[in-house]
Formats: sequence, structure tokens, C-alpha cells
Amino acid sequence: MGGGVEVAAESRVLELYERFVGKRLLFIAGTLLLIVVLVGVAVTLGSANITVGQAYAAVVEATLEKLEAAVNAMMLGRLELHFAPDFDVPSKYEKIVCDIRLPRVFMALVVGAALALAGTVMQAILRNPLASPFTIGISSAASFGAALAIILGVSLTRSTIWIVAGNAFVFAVLDALLIYGISRMKGATPETMILAGVAFMYLWSGMTSFLQYVGEAHAVQEALIWMFGDLTRATWLKLGVTSLIAAACIPYLVLKAWDLNVLMLGDETAKSLGVDAGRVRLTSMLFASLLTAGAVCFVGTIGFVGLVAPHIVRMIIGGDHRFLLPASALFGAALLLACDTAARTVLAPVILPVGILTSFMGVPLFLYLILRRRREYW
Amino acid sequence: MVTATGGRESKTGRMKLRIRGVTFSYGSIPALNDVSIEVEASEVLGIVGPNGAGKSTLLRCINRILKPQRGAVLLDGADVSGMSMLEVARRMGYVPQNSPMVFPTTVFDVVLMGRRPHLSWRCSADDVKKVLEVLKALRIEDLAMRDFTELSGGQQQKVLIARALAQEPEVLLLDEPTSNLDVRHQLEVMELLRTLADEKKLVVVMAIHDLNLAARFADKIVMLNAGRIFAAGKPADVLTPENISRVYGVDAVVSEVSGKPFILPLKPV
Repeated sequence: MGGGVEVAAESRVLELYERFVGKRLLFIAGTLLLIVVLVGVAVTLGSANITVGQAYAAVVEATLEKLEAAVNAMMLGRLELHFAPDFDVPSKYEKIVCDIRLPRVFMALVVGAALALAGTVMQAILRNPLASPFTIGISSAASFGAALAIILGVSLTRSTIWIVAGNAFVFAVLDALLIYGISRMKGATPETMILAGVAFMYLWSGMTSFLQYVGEAHAVQEALIWMFGDLTRATWLKLGVTSLIAAACIPYLVLKAWDLNVLMLGDETAKSLGVDAGRVRLTSMLFASLLTAGAVCFVGTIGFVGLVAPHIVRMIIGGDHRFLLPASALFGAALLLACDTAARTVLAPVILPVGILTSFMGVPLFLYLILRRRREYW
Repeated sequence: MVTATGGRESKTGRMKLRIRGVTFSYGSIPALNDVSIEVEASEVLGIVGPNGAGKSTLLRCINRILKPQRGAVLLDGADVSGMSMLEVARRMGYVPQNSPMVFPTTVFDVVLMGRRPHLSWRCSADDVKKVLEVLKALRIEDLAMRDFTELSGGQQQKVLIARALAQEPEVLLLDEPTSNLDVRHQLEVMELLRTLADEKKLVVVMAIHDLNLAARFADKIVMLNAGRIFAAGKPADVLTPENISRVYGVDAVVSEVSGKPFILPLKPV
């Protein structure tokens, strides 16, 4: 049996691996901390002239007031508690912080996490570093759906925004189902899915262009604004819907972490390891697309987070999806919140659509990745 | 029906892989026709034959990646077609010709993927231990934390074999394990397979182009031609100038070097 030297080598490898696992957990914990800090900063920033203290006071006051109301409601009037403090924050400020900034901040987190997670999954199942949540045409389909609703007479007013979002969601899901159907017929290979996806992307874009050509100027303008990807439209209710869709999709994808790992070695190897490569690819694609559709239907298409976040995280913690999926999601959340916070402040009081800023920040980063990591990626 | 039962005497109690009358076609293009082979634990079977003879198809039929239209594959008497993919994965390891790894992943993680048929979502200390054992057995501990995509072809091949061994299989299937390797790595990989068969009592089935390597390291050779078994048996019986000429269309001199046939191809006929 192995002598002392070999045993030492084995325990050294074990130590290295455990350190590697530790590094991954540290990265996840660090990103969580970063998110907490970013949220803390983002709440205090904005075009309204609210001090840091007032912003936090508003959050604490509103939270405790809600809690107080909830507790009292449960007591059914038998006991009336009053524990919510009154910090004398002007109610206008409280409204800005709690009903505009907070939902926006959390929407950034949820959408960023959803897009990064969907991007990680798409890259794994398509075995392609260029894949993103939008590779199979989800964003173009959502844009067409939104444009259809807007240009055919519905406008972005309070009551109809749900119709626009619903339409965007429906078309995004329709796109995913079409790719699913074609892939089932022609074999669920990455090539089939990418080619079918690109084809549909052109189809949706073409139809959107047609709508823009025949539509009235102001409606076309509104449709265009929708496509920019903007978190300004975030509300608590929309946040709830997007979160619910994400909560429905994420468990399946995280459970499939091992299958995604194995798919990276090719379909043949995956099958020899007991994984039905085609089926995993198809169902994961559906869940990732649903996740993406839920994220973009309210806020429009926000590019690059879903492409870049998985790459950055993979470089730091490696390709094991058990760690990569949660880490990518957290990193995507942090990245989008950082971008959105920048979008709200760089040209304040003008608020830029975050979709524009992610592209500005994403393109140089992506070029850097291509130039620096080329050898390892292609 | 030609059956490959050359080599050693079959003893009872040893794990056996039987391939019985396997026929497979891709749509209307026939790939395998009535192929029957028997191979036991501790044996290395080399499948040779020209390009398109059906070597890879045969390997894929053995581990159920492809389902034969006729015939059966029996593992210790149990029909593989009646097993779930996971069950097959627990008993047969497979190293395909190429593993298109695109994303940087550590060697440790690649080998750990071989534990997929055995583990739940969390991998246990036992799974990690198995990986360490395999890395040690193949003497690639030093590569453990290296990026798989940055390794040389020879190193990658060893890692992929390690990945298959982490499955703790009874049968190891390999598709061209030595293609793209330099001479030294070819020998290292072949010696490794020989050792695995001898010491771990594995059934090793490999599709291989290099006739000399096949002659030196395999117990039995099956020569496929256009989806049929053309010849089967001990290397010296199969790798004859006549067979090579008829199957490959190549004139060859076969001499003997340290008790094994040595093939020197001369020119196409």
C-alpha cells in the first residue's frame, strides 16, 4: 500500500481541494456582504435631496409601521401596540425612499440574479461561452410582445402596463416553446438550439421593425423606450410577480447542478454518466427562459449581465455548478444593482435606463475577457 | 456468427460481458451487423478496423447510448437494455473520443463528475476520497487543481480515464484512447489500461487504430469490417497480412517482436 510520501501527497490534494471549496464559499459570503453594502448605499442615493440619515429613518419607520399594523391586525383589536418610532421624516421623503427607491433596488437584485443564473445555465447547456439568456431569442420575442401591445393601441399608462408586461412575457415564453418544439423534433443539440434561436431572433426583430414602420410616432417612441431596459418602472407588486416566477424556476435549476456539470464534458460522456443529456438540456432551457421572461417582462431587456456575470464568477470559483449557480446569481444581483445605482447618479438628476449602462460597462469588460482569456475559452 | 473467445480459458465466477448478435443502423445506413463478442474481467479487448467499420457504434451500443435494433448486451447475464441509464453508469465507464470542454474547470472537479451516478446533490467525504484514490492510482495528483482545458492531450486523456474510473465501473469502454498522443503517452495510457484490467479486474474494451498497440496490450482482438466481425481471437491470429490486406487494403509485413505480432504497413493495395 502507499508509503508515507504518497499518503502525504493525497492529504495535500485533499487540503487543496478543501481550500478551493472554502474559497468558493468565501466568494459567496463576500458577494452577499457586497449586496448588503450596495443596498445600504443605493437607498441613500438619488435625485431627491434626502440625507443618508433621513433615508434610513424612513426605511426603519415604514418597516416598523407595517409590522405594527400587522401585529395589531393579528391581535384583532384585543391589544393595541405602539412600537413604531416617529423620526419626523417628511412623508414625501418616506414615499420616495420606500415606494420608489426600495422596490427599484430589490428589482435590480432579483432581475440581476435571474439573468445571471439563466445565463450560466444557457452557457452550460449550449456549451458555448457566447450564450446568454437572450441567445435563443427571448429578448427579441419579449420586445415584440411589448411593441405589439403598445403600438396596437395600448399605451404605457398605469392601467395598461400589465397588458404590455403580460404580452412581453407571453411572447418570450412562446419563443422558448417554439425552440423547445424544434429541438425535440430535430434532436436537442446545442447547434440546433442556437441556430433555431438566432433564426427566431431575426423573425421577432423583423416583426418589431414592421410594427415600428407602420406604427404612430408616439407609440413607436414608447415601444423603443420599453426596449431600453429600465428599472424606473419597478413597483412592489411587479417585484412580487418577478420574484415569484424566479422562486418557481430557481430550485429546479439548482437541483440540476450536477447534470449541468456533466453536460460540459459532452453529451456522450453525460449519457455514460446516467444523464439524459437531451432532456436535461430541454427542460433547463425552458426553466432558464421562464426565469428570463419573468425578469424582462416588466423592466425590458437588460443586456450583458447574463453574459458577463457567469464568466467572471467562473474565472474566480471554477465550473462546479453547485457553487457557480448561487455565486453567479448573487454576483449578477450585485452587478446590476451597482450599474443601476450608477445609472441614477452619474447624470443626476437625469436617470439613465440601466440597460444602456450595462452595455457601456459590459462591452469593455467583455472585450477584456476575450483578449485576456482567449486561450482558455476557445 | 463469429464469436471472440480466444485468449484465456473462461473460468466460472468471473464477470462477463456478452454481446450477442448486435445489429444497429443509423436510419437506413447499417452500422453493425450481427456482432457477437464475449469478454471477461481482467481482459483487454481491442476493437480494430478501418474508419467507419463500426467501432465507435459498437462501444455506444454496449453502454446503451445507442439501442441496438437486434441483439442484446449482457452484463453478468443481465440485459443492459433492461437497466436504467443510471444503473448502466454505475457499472460501465466510458471515455469517448472527444470531450469538448469549453469552460475552465479543475481536474479535481472533472474527476468528481465521475461520481455523478453514485452521489446525491451534496458530495460526501467518501466521494472526495474516491477521487483522491483515483488521482493517486493514475499518478496525476499534481494536476488536481490545474485547469483541465490547459492540460496537454496526454494529461487530458489520463484525467478522462480517471473520471471514468471514479465511477467504479466493472467495464471500461474507451474510444481511441491513444489518438492525438505522443509515443510516450500512448504507452503510458496503454500500460495503465493493462494494469487496470489485471489489478482491478476490469473488463477493458477499447476501439483502437494503432494495430501494434492493440497487438501488444490486448488479450483479444476483434477486427470489424463494414459493421461485421471479420476476424476475432488472439492478436497473432487476427493481425495477419491476409486479414490486414483484405480489411484495410494495405500490404503489410507482420513479424514477431517479444512474442507479439509487429505490423509494418508497406503500401496501399
